[in-house]
Amino acid sequence: METLVACLAGFLVSMAIWLMLSGNLMRFLFGLLLLSNGVNLAILAAGRLTPGAPPLLGASGALPPDTMANALPQALLLTAIVIGFGLFAFALALTIRAYRSFGHLEVDRMRSAEPAEDRR
Amino acid sequence: MSWVLALPILIPFMTAVLAFLLRGSRMGDLASVAGAVASLGVAVLLVGVVLDRGVVAGQVGGWQAPYGITLVADHLSAAMVLITAIIGLAVAVWSLAEIGPESSRLGYHALFQSLLGGVTGAFLTGDLFNLYVWFEVLLISSFGLLVIGGRKQAIDGAVKYVTLNLIATVLFLAGAGLLYGATGTLNMADLRGAVAASPDQGLMTLIAMMLMVAFGMKAAVFPLFFWLPASYHTPHYAVSAVFAGLLTKVGVYALMRVFTLIFVGDIGYTHEILLWVSLLTMLTGVLGAAAQSDFRKILSFHIISQIGYMVLGLALMTPLAVMGAVFYLLHHIIVKTNLFLIAGVSRRLTGSSDLYAIGGLYRSAPLLAALFIIPAFSLAGFPPLSGFWAKFVIVRASLDLGEWLVAGVALLVGLLTIFSMTKIWAEAFWKAHPKGRQPALADLPQSARWQMMVPIVALAVMTVAIGAFPSAFLDFATKGAEQLLDPAAYVAAVLGEARR
Repeated sequence: METLVACLAGFLVSMAIWLMLSGNLMRFLFGLLLLSNGVNLAILAAGRLTPGAPPLLGASGALPPDTMANALPQALLLTAIVIGFGLFAFALALTIRAYRSFGHLEVDRMRSAEPAEDRR
Repeated sequence: MSWVLALPILIPFMTAVLAFLLRGSRMGDLASVAGAVASLGVAVLLVGVVLDRGVVAGQVGGWQAPYGITLVADHLSAAMVLITAIIGLAVAVWSLAEIGPESSRLGYHALFQSLLGGVTGAFLTGDLFNLYVWFEVLLISSFGLLVIGGRKQAIDGAVKYVTLNLIATVLFLAGAGLLYGATGTLNMADLRGAVAASPDQGLMTLIAMMLMVAFGMKAAVFPLFFWLPASYHTPHYAVSAVFAGLLTKVGVYALMRVFTLIFVGDIGYTHEILLWVSLLTMLTGVLGAAAQSDFRKILSFHIISQIGYMVLGLALMTPLAVMGAVFYLLHHIIVKTNLFLIAGVSRRLTGSSDLYAIGGLYRSAPLLAALFIIPAFSLAGFPPLSGFWAKFVIVRASLDLGEWLVAGVALLVGLLTIFSMTKIWAEAFWKAHPKGRQPALADLPQSARWQMMVPIVALAVMTVAIGAFPSAFLDFATKGAEQLLDPAAYVAAVLGEARR
């Protein structure tokens, strides 16, 4: 199970890199989304997958007989998802603003903050 | 004792809420300044406590380490909190003159204070995942501050800043998650033992490299710095001043913390990489600056080259070198912020930041010229200013190790820094204004004059004071370096004496 999730995470990251290298801001954003989801999956897998075992103690605080899920990686994930969502929303808004300013989304052609090519 | 650890984080956020509610009114602007004064007071208290008792730690919510989130302050953290508060106050006052009602209504002061809160949190936390959260807090605030002017140029800079920084944070998250998977803890003091005890040291080095890339991107070291000169010259001057002072230093701080406390198992590998990275950072930064003709762009490239010195101190890993890195960090923040503030005044007076389009400031604004000399020469390392001692210690440490090449590069970069500073001096201050204008400080409205010049004078006085009385600061940095290189006190403060 861990191997499968790890491979899926790797696949998402490789897709993300391919998208991010395209030079188009919108594709970059999709890549970023895939990248953060790939990393989230990796964290989940790194925290060990325990299907069917709840992260709960038994009655009167006794440890469950066989196995118990680790709640911490999921807490980390939730935090990361929320933060990632906020950052993505900002990046999307920025992309729209950039599109209105420049009329295109090709990052290589966004050079208004760079000095002009030929100076004295 | 944990209130003294929590207040430096709480005050900026409470101020941010207040400033947001009062945004657009004069009260909101003044709330920001008042909050900055309160932060400074608490930071001084914190430094006092740390000087008195050594490392202090507090457990948030009463959950014992390593299960809860820990706040820790050693000499380095406390000093960074104090310097953040100093810069926060200086820039908050300076902002009053630059930030107009429009940006203020959009929440400039609230974002500014939450940025300071995020930076302070990053310096005080003792938990790796919590450090990630603080990074995000300061990052999202910095995004807002970067675009708040809304000019086309700022949007362009923000695109590059946002995208590259987001990749760095995702990498940091991945590193932290994998480290938790491999060791089962995220508490940094606990990680020290857990990483050393891990059977798979190769995996630990791999995670160390992920974090090195993530923090290195934040710190703007050699192959990862491109976002910085693409964006730091685009926002409001107050914004770029606080970015220049604090943001990259959070990355350097994180590198120093992680590579002295946690990843010390394979110093021959990790710190050798840091050494080469630092040399290339110094060289590319200073050479990049030589090619620029915009006031803020030159200064931006110099941030990069100066970061190299700090990373170099960490890479050498001797007590003297780490002491030099700590001292360099503290001196540099003051100097760099001041230079950006001066650039802002120069822009306000002359109407441009293009060095070829401005001039004449030496004749028409001699006070500004004199105040420029102090941080500029300190940056280049002229005795007796603070930068001289910082460079002296680093060069001395590399000579002690017989690293002649390293010492040579450090000295050469100092020399090239003088070249850039004299370029700014010659173009902006010395030569006559190309259109014959005489931009004088007296042209500014009286309130703006005070709000802009008082912070600059105060920071310049600090630079001179550190240079004139270096021994107290060097002693402090020595103590900080001792704690970094032998974190027994840090670990004991966090985990309690029993688990030492």
